[in-house]
Amino acid sequence: MPKYLEFRLPDVGEGLTEADIVAWKVAVGDVVTVNQALVEIETAKSLVELPSPHAGVVSRLLVESGATVEVGTPIVVIDTDPDGEAEPDGASPAVASGSGGSADGDAVADDETSGDVLVGYGTKHAAAARRPRRAAEPAETPTSQAAPSPQPAPAPAAPTPAPPSGPAPVSRPTAGVSVDAGAAAPSSTVLAKPPVRKLAKDLGIDLNRVPGTGPGGIITRGDVEAAAERSEPERQASYPADDRPWLDGGVVSADGRQTRVPVRSVRARTAEAMVASAFTAPHVTVFQTVDVTKTMKLVARLKEDRDFADTRVTPLLIAAKALILAIRRHPTISAAWDDATQEIVYKHYINLGIAASTPRGLVVPNIKDAHRMNLHELAVALGDLTATARAGRTTPAAMSDGTVTITNVGVFGIDTGTPILNPGESAILAFGAISERPWVHHGKIKPRWVTQLALSMDHRLIDGELGSRVLADTARTLADPAQGLIWG
Amino acid sequence: MIQSDIHGETPHVGTQDDDLIQLLTVTGERVHHQTYSSRVAHLDTEALEGLYRDMVLVRRFDTEATALQRHGELGLWPQCLGQEAAQIGSGRALAAQDHVFPSYREHGVGWTRGLDLRKVLHQFRGEDHGGWDPAEHNFSLYTLVIGSHALHATGFAMGVQRDGDVGTGDPDRDRAVVAYFGDGATSQGDVNEALVFAAVNDAPVVFFCQNNHWAISEPTERQSRVPLFRRGSGFGVPAVRVDGNDVLACYAVTQEALERARSGGGPTFIEAVTYRMGAHTTSDDPTRYRSRAEEDYWRTRDPIDRLRLHLVAEGTAPEFFTALDAEADAYGEQIRDYCRSIPKAESSRMFEHVYAAEHTLVESERAWFTEYEAGFATEGAQR
Repeated sequence: MPKYLEFRLPDVGEGLTEADIVAWKVAVGDVVTVNQALVEIETAKSLVELPSPHAGVVSRLLVESGATVEVGTPIVVIDTDPDGEAEPDGASPAVASGSGGSADGDAVADDETSGDVLVGYGTKHAAAARRPRRAAEPAETPTSQAAPSPQPAPAPAAPTPAPPSGPAPVSRPTAGVSVDAGAAAPSSTVLAKPPVRKLAKDLGIDLNRVPGTGPGGIITRGDVEAAAERSEPERQASYPADDRPWLDGGVVSADGRQTRVPVRSVRARTAEAMVASAFTAPHVTVFQTVDVTKTMKLVARLKEDRDFADTRVTPLLIAAKALILAIRRHPTISAAWDDATQEIVYKHYINLGIAASTPRGLVVPNIKDAHRMNLHELAVALGDLTATARAGRTTPAAMSDGTVTITNVGVFGIDTGTPILNPGESAILAFGAISERPWVHHGKIKPRWVTQLALSMDHRLIDGELGSRVLADTARTLADPAQGLIWG
Repeated sequence: MIQSDIHGETPHVGTQDDDLIQLLTVTGERVHHQTYSSRVAHLDTEALEGLYRDMVLVRRFDTEATALQRHGELGLWPQCLGQEAAQIGSGRALAAQDHVFPSYREHGVGWTRGLDLRKVLHQFRGEDHGGWDPAEHNFSLYTLVIGSHALHATGFAMGVQRDGDVGTGDPDRDRAVVAYFGDGATSQGDVNEALVFAAVNDAPVVFFCQNNHWAISEPTERQSRVPLFRRGSGFGVPAVRVDGNDVLACYAVTQEALERARSGGGPTFIEAVTYRMGAHTTSDDPTRYRSRAEEDYWRTRDPIDRLRLHLVAEGTAPEFFTALDAEADAYGEQIRDYCRSIPKAESSRMFEHVYAAEHTLVESERAWFTEYEAGFATEGAQR
C-alpha cells in the first residue's frame, strides 16, 4: 500500500526555533529522489535548501510559501511507495513521521526519541510527557507557576494592553495553515489561568490584546468577557468579503476591518535600517528639475545598438552613469560616518546601490566597483542585479558595503521624494518619473521630456554645497549626455 | 622554487603554486621535486586508484552527512569538503602503530585508519560523546575545543618517547603521533604551548595544519603576518608548506615528517594549503563573508578532479569510475539507513569513560541519576 512519510522542519542551525518557508521547489505529484531539493527556507542565520529525505511522490505540501513554521512542524508528506496496492478498505492512510515521531501501523517505530527538534539538544517535547515525582517538588500554586517576574508590582503584566477601541484579532479557520500557526502560538508572557485561556480561545479573543486586572496582571474571566463585548459592536463588515485576510499569513481582526501580518525578516530589516538611518544621520535633500530629452534620444539609440542587444537599456542606466561621473568629480561624497571611531571613511570606489522592490520587500543590493564599468558593463550589472533581487536571491554580500544608492521612484509615476539614506551611506538619489511637459527651449515653449531629481545626504559629513554640486553635475549629464565624454 | 625552510630555502608569503611543494598539478600532471618525488615513486596506478577511491568515498560520506543534517537526522555537521587530499594523503602515510589526534573535520583521516565512518554520526546525532574506541585504530576522539588536542598529542608523544618506542630502528615498533588542526587553531595558546614542549623534548609528533583559509569567518591573513608554516622556525620546529589539494605531495611530506619523528628527530610542522569548500558547519552561511569568485577559483583546484585527470591520462578504464560511482551510491544508502537506526542512548552512558578506573563520586552520581530517571519513567507510565 502507499506509504506516507512526513518530513518535519529540521533545526538547520544550532538551536533555531523557526524558519520562513521561502519557496517550494516541488509540487504535489512530483517524483522526488533522495536529497533532491524540496524547499528553500530562511532562518535567522541563512537561506537553506532542504533536501528530500525520501524518494517517492510528493503527496501533500503542508505549509505555504511565506509561512513561518516552528521547528518540528510537518511540512510535506511523501509517498514512498506510490505503486503499492491501495489499502483494502480505503481507510485513511497511515502517515509516519520521517524521523521517529508518531507513526501508525507497522511504519517507522514510534518511541519518545525526539520532540520538536529531531536530534541533538534543543526543545524536547518528549520531556513534557514526563513529570518529576511528587516528592521531588513542593506543591504547586498558580503564583509559583507564574513566577518569572520577581517584583509584585501592581502594574499589569500583560505586555501591550489594547487601546480601548482596538479590536481583538482572531484567526479565521478558513485562512489556511499560516494563519492558524500565527494565532495558535500563545505568548508565554500572558498570565491567565487555563479556564480563562479556554474561554478566550472559544470567543476568539487574543489574550495578548487583553489588559489583565487581576493580581499581578493576571487576566481574569471578566477581562476576557469585557474584551469580547468591546469587539462585538464592531463586528459588521463594511463591504462584502472584507473579513478575509488580504495578505498571506495575515490574521483578520474580530470585526473584519483590519489584517495583522507578522513582520518577517526583510520587512523587519528594512524597518530597523530606516529607523537607524533616519534618527542618526541628519538628512538634507536638494532637488533639481531637468530636461532629459537628449537622454531619451540616447536611450532610444542604444536600444537599437547591436552591442546593447543583450541588455535592457533604460533611462535609469543613464542616470546611474551620470551619478557615477558626478561622484568621480566630487569623490568625497562617497564616504561614511564611523560613529564608533569618530572618523569619516572616504571610499575610493563606488558600490552603486539600487533600491529594488521585490515580492519579499525592499532590498538594496549594490553594483560593486561601478566606477570601473563602461556603459555596457553597467547595463549588464544592472540587469543581473534586478533579476537576482526579483528572484529573491540577493545575498547579504550583495547588500553590504554600498556607497551611494539610486531609488527609481519614477517607475511608480511620481515626480520625486525625499529618500532616506541606506545605513552606512552618505547620499541617495531619487530618480523621478519622466514625462512630457511644456518647457522653455531655445526661447520657445516646447514639449520636452522632463524629470525631477532629489538627492538626500548625510549632513554630518556632506554639506549642502557638495551635495548640490553632485546633483547639478548629475543633472548636467542627463540634460546633455555628451558631457559624459568630457568628464568620462 | 621557494617552498620550505627545511632544506635551506627562503620562505615566502603567498599561496601561489610556486610557493608550495607540489607533485601533481591542477591539470593532473606529475611534476618532479628533488626531495619528495622519490617518496611517491613506488605508488603505481593501482595505488593511485586506491587514493582516488578513498577521496571519492570520503566525499560521499561527507555529502550524505550534510544532507542528513538537513533532513533533521543530525544536530550539526562539519564538512571536510575540499580537504580530502590533505587528509587522505597524510593519513595513508601513517603506520598502524602511529597515533592520531584529530580535530572535528578529519573524516578522511579516520577513513585511512580503518574507522567505520558511520560511527562518527553518533556524536553529531547527539547520542554519544565520542563514537569509537580510540585504541582500536589509534585514532582519538574528535576534539571540538579548538587546538586543545595539540597538547594531548604532544604529551602522548612524550609518553611514546618514555616507552622507548622511538629511534629503535624497528619499523614495527617506532611510533609517531599526529595532531590535526586548522589555521584558526594556530592562533590558540594551546597549539603554541604544544610546539614549545614538542620542540624542547624532541617529541615524536607531527603538527599537521590544514590551512583551509577560513577560521569560520576569519580569513588566514587576519591571523598571521607570515605563512603559517613559518611559525615552526620560531619554536625550532622544522616546517614545510605543501599543496594540500595534492594527495601525493601531502603523502610525501607527511611520510618524511613521520620518519623524522619515529627515528628520534623530533617534531615537524606541516602547513597543507587547502580550501574549505563548504561551510564551517551546517550552522554557518559562508556567503556572508566570502566571495563567489574565491569559491569558483578553488572549485577549479578540486583535489579529486586533478587525480581523476591524471588517472584518465594514464589510461585508467572508464569502468573503474563507473564502478566507483555505484559503490559510492550504495555507500550513501548505507550511511542514511545506519544514521536513522542509531539507537537512543541510555542517559547513564554519560558516566562511562570519565575515569579509567572506578571512581566513587562518579559512581554515586550515576546511582542518584539512575534512580531519578526511574522516577520519571514510572510517573509517565501511569499517565
